[in-house]
Amino acid sequence: MTAIEIKHISKRYGKIRALDDISLKVDAGEIFGLIGPDGAGKTTLFRIMTTLMLPDSGSGTVCGLDIVKDYAGLRRIIGYMPGRFSLYQDLSVKENMDYFATLFGTTVRENYGTIKEIYSQIEPFADRRAGKLSGGMKQKLALCCALVHKPSVLFLDEPTTGVDAVSRKDFWNMLFRIKASGVTIFVSTPYMDEAARCDRLALIRDGSIIGTGTPSEIVSGFPFRLLSVRGSRMYRLLKELRNIPGVISCFSFGDSHHVTYDPAVTDRVRILARLSDAGFGDCTAMDIMPCIEDCFMWLSGRRDVPTAGQDGLRA
Amino acid sequence: MKMKEFAASVVKEFRHIFRDRRTILIAMVMPVVQIILFGFAVSTEVNDVRVVFCGDLSDAEVRRAVDRIDQNKYLRIVGRLDRPAEAEEMFRKNGADVAVCFERNYGSRMVASGHAGVRIIGDGSDPNTAQMIASYLKGVLQSEQSEVSVALAGDPRSSMTPVVQLMYNPAMKSSYNFVPGVMGLILMLICSMMTAVSIVREKETGTLELLLVSPVKPLWIIVSKMIPYLVLSAANFVSILLLSHYVMEVPVNGSLLLLSLAALIFVVTSLALGLLISVISSSQRTALLICGMGLTMPTMIFSGIIFPCESMPVILQWFSDIIPAKWFIIIVKKVMIQGDGLASVINELSILAGMAAILLAVSIKSFRTRLQ
Repeated sequence: MTAIEIKHISKRYGKIRALDDISLKVDAGEIFGLIGPDGAGKTTLFRIMTTLMLPDSGSGTVCGLDIVKDYAGLRRIIGYMPGRFSLYQDLSVKENMDYFATLFGTTVRENYGTIKEIYSQIEPFADRRAGKLSGGMKQKLALCCALVHKPSVLFLDEPTTGVDAVSRKDFWNMLFRIKASGVTIFVSTPYMDEAARCDRLALIRDGSIIGTGTPSEIVSGFPFRLLSVRGSRMYRLLKELRNIPGVISCFSFGDSHHVTYDPAVTDRVRILARLSDAGFGDCTAMDIMPCIEDCFMWLSGRRDVPTAGQDGLRA
Repeated sequence: MKMKEFAASVVKEFRHIFRDRRTILIAMVMPVVQIILFGFAVSTEVNDVRVVFCGDLSDAEVRRAVDRIDQNKYLRIVGRLDRPAEAEEMFRKNGADVAVCFERNYGSRMVASGHAGVRIIGDGSDPNTAQMIASYLKGVLQSEQSEVSVALAGDPRSSMTPVVQLMYNPAMKSSYNFVPGVMGLILMLICSMMTAVSIVREKETGTLELLLVSPVKPLWIIVSKMIPYLVLSAANFVSILLLSHYVMEVPVNGSLLLLSLAALIFVVTSLALGLLISVISSSQRTALLICGMGLTMPTMIFSGIIFPCESMPVILQWFSDIIPAKWFIIIVKKVMIQGDGLASVINELSILAGMAAILLAVSIKSFRTRLQ
């Protein structure tokens, strides 16, 4: 069953093209990730899907309701957690919860079962002002407020931005449990490591979808081999690597360089040999599996290919 | 929308107000401070004027005039000068505000011809006050002169000088002018500025997004935002009236009900203006700026609080007509000070009500159900 379907959505802000012909399909009950850097158009897409904005062209449905015409009905069945913390900082945790529950015609007690697991963690601070909560707590409160009316589809716009690693992991565990209760989750994130946790993904860049599929489909669509290279003079090494024939691209990746190479032209041993010829004798190189970020970098580098279909990605 | 959701929104709005010290300061303390400030610091009225005189006390007419001055509520004789030239010395020592010099043979000339010379010397270092005191004193003396003539000659043929008397405000109290003005200013400020800021704040923090994606109709979001400021305005209206009555001693001569009705219409106009400002401004700072430059300043200048509209160029007079506060202030003056009834303010009241209806319709229409 399809929970969200959007077709050929475009949106401009004056001369800036925020979204360009976006089409997506999200199945009911899955966690769908929208992965892309800042400014890719993620928030605009969220606002269009949550009826907060009108697309310039294109159409879409959420749970079978049109995102333009049926906005009133749609607003009852979706939950939305905007990118930045958007609750009343001067109201207490409990007051925020009660207020949003009332707005949706329900009470916290009525839907306590839905939010219990998350709410129980912030309940000890029920009388604290929302503005005085820690980042992780704020995020849990916002999630509770978005869930308090038992939505069918939950839209989370960069929910983990600015949250520490432990809380992020926590948060994803909560998402899995929400998903288990039958809620479709549409989540965006700039963090590639979170992408692997989604059931399916769409990679977005500059307002265009550059690839969709399950994480493993996206990874298996990577047509080259990947090498993780470490050495002492990392910056000079990066420049040197880019000059080696057969190397498609090379990016700094934490404390190593990820080198994409064409296995038909070169291999690990030949690259290492080239490096030691150039005076980088202390390098170590290791063949690794590409991750989502490698795929993203590769996909966003080749804008000439409109869809990634032939490479095993679902467009 | 059910009552429960609406009530929750109103309660929430009240919490925002009462939990922000600045809001409370602006909403509840500022009106009181303004009234008192205008009342005592910015007053140009004649009050407790110290008068010195120069003249022959053995002259019965002079004695009568001096007595009359001394008995006046606002004037007080503090001394006698030997020569008019001493007045300057007196002013320099700040020993008096005005000097009254009677000519020699004041009494006999008065009896003989009905005309007698009196010179009033004012302290020109404060020209406005001096002017006001002098003309007030002149009024007091002239009534004295004509009474004298009437008593002695049988008919008032003597002084033909017109006697200036200010109706409703004999002492030229400036509070009579500024109380209606400040009332208009404060109600306008609280309703439009605070409504605008509170809506724009939700825009800024992103909570408006959440309100909009909720099933609540935008109209009710607006109304629930307006109710608390309506209540605040009512409280301010009452406190201004109490203050001006008991502290400034400005009477409420007309119907309190009519006054309240006018205030209610004016408040609705201001709320609609605030809503309109919130639609066009994207940040709290912009909203404040628009309220300050676009509402407060024109209200101060064109509503006749500071300058009388009648002395402005015609184009500016037309401009002053589109300022709601002007009409409200006229109504307040008529009802509160002159004690007029509905019949005399029906025009102003209709104009104000028309403005309220148009502004309310436009602002509600322009409040979008979406972000843009």
